[in-house]
Amino acid sequence: MDSNAVLASLVVNGETRRFASDPRTTLLDFLRGGLGLTGTKKGCDHGQCGACTVLVNGRRINACLTLAVMHDGDAITTIEGIGSSDRLAPLQYAFVTHDGFQCGYCTPGQICSATAMLEEIQTGWASAATENLLAPTIDREEISERMSGNICRCGAYPNIVDALSEALETAP
Amino acid sequence: MKSFAYERTGDLGAALTAVSQGARAIAGGTNLLDLMKLEVETPDKLADVSRLPLASIEAQDEGLRIGALVTNSDCAADLRIRRDYPVLSRAILAGATGQLRNKATTGGNLCQRTRCPYFTDLTQPCNKRAPGSGCGALHGFNRIHAILGASDQCIATYPGDMAIALAALDASVEIEGPGGKRDVPVRGFHRLPGSEPQRDNELGADDLITAVRLPRPVGGRQLYRKVRDRSSYAFALVSVAAIVRMNGGRIAGAQLAFGGLAHKPWHDPAVDAVLTDETPSLFDKAADLLLASARGYGHNDFKIPLARRTLRAVLAEATGL
Repeated sequence: MDSNAVLASLVVNGETRRFASDPRTTLLDFLRGGLGLTGTKKGCDHGQCGACTVLVNGRRINACLTLAVMHDGDAITTIEGIGSSDRLAPLQYAFVTHDGFQCGYCTPGQICSATAMLEEIQTGWASAATENLLAPTIDREEISERMSGNICRCGAYPNIVDALSEALETAP
Repeated sequence: MKSFAYERTGDLGAALTAVSQGARAIAGGTNLLDLMKLEVETPDKLADVSRLPLASIEAQDEGLRIGALVTNSDCAADLRIRRDYPVLSRAILAGATGQLRNKATTGGNLCQRTRCPYFTDLTQPCNKRAPGSGCGALHGFNRIHAILGASDQCIATYPGDMAIALAALDASVEIEGPGGKRDVPVRGFHRLPGSEPQRDNELGADDLITAVRLPRPVGGRQLYRKVRDRSSYAFALVSVAAIVRMNGGRIAGAQLAFGGLAHKPWHDPAVDAVLTDETPSLFDKAADLLLASARGYGHNDFKIPLARRTLRAVLAEATGL
């Protein structure tokens, strides 16, 4: 082991996992290379594309721009923790229904990001598209703004917004 | 990325000791790690300060004290800030993405580094990254660069949004260092490049930001207008944070700050003063004052008329006239 190796204990999709490697390891590389959770994708590796979006303690972040070792004790949710092909989460089902992807590479990040975004809307958070900061109302422009951290090179944006609009309407 | 040692710090004293011994503090990491991947930043040691108890917003002295580790998301969402300091919420929400704002912290955001492409390209000269190597932007591609307060050593801009609102609000930065605690006004925290462009701000190597203090609410109409190349997730070409109080069709008080124009959030007391007690017909006079010493470097010449027009548009909206 590297002399700089350090330890952290993370709860990934409900399971306690131990990190003991070079502190340079990003959370993204630990999830993919260390744990084999390859649903989370590496796109730009610089926080610009959102393909690596995961949830940390319920909040969406770019897994490429954070060190695994900094997440001792944190609860991480990846796309594998949200749903699977035989048990789709409602958001995943909405993406299928509305054709919210073509190549699919950005989709795990889109789904993780949207999962947290819906929560942010329910909590009442505003966005740059919000007219009244104290009483946000949600329309397509709001959804686009709130999802601007997830790039889709196939350009499936209109269908992604359709999927998320439906998810919002059916949210509890 | 170059190898580094990692230390998780449990309290402020340990964190201050670590930075005094040469460690770089890391909190959200969204800017620092990005620059470490590019090897623009090459710290030997990182002190993880992200668990220090500095993540709350408290009422203090009729204003608010925002802990240095409050995330951009939490700051923008705080109901007191949305109600009493909307320009700050607006500015934060105009920057980055939901994912980045969830990690970026109040202290770290103040310290984010320029997005000048010569700064991040190790094959190019850059006095900020490698003092004495020259400035590639001066005669290079300089579309995003400064039109105010630049030097022949550096024409980079400060890229942030949050600090522009803080400068308009006249907030202050609470810093702890070897000499104890001190407050620095946000308007004086960032530096102009001069002959030392490697120094972005007044923070010493052994200092830590512990909080940002907002003065008592000033009311008025508060706006943040950001002009950029795309409508979301892009840095400002020009931005204006404005707080304007009206009294019977005249401006009772104005506090303006500008982003994208300089190496620091730009605040010019003469611009605030010329607007006070005047009618909106004097918007051009404010723009004249703001831009009296403006200078373009070729690709960024457009920023001079863009700043004028953005200021006029913001004043028209803020005054309702």
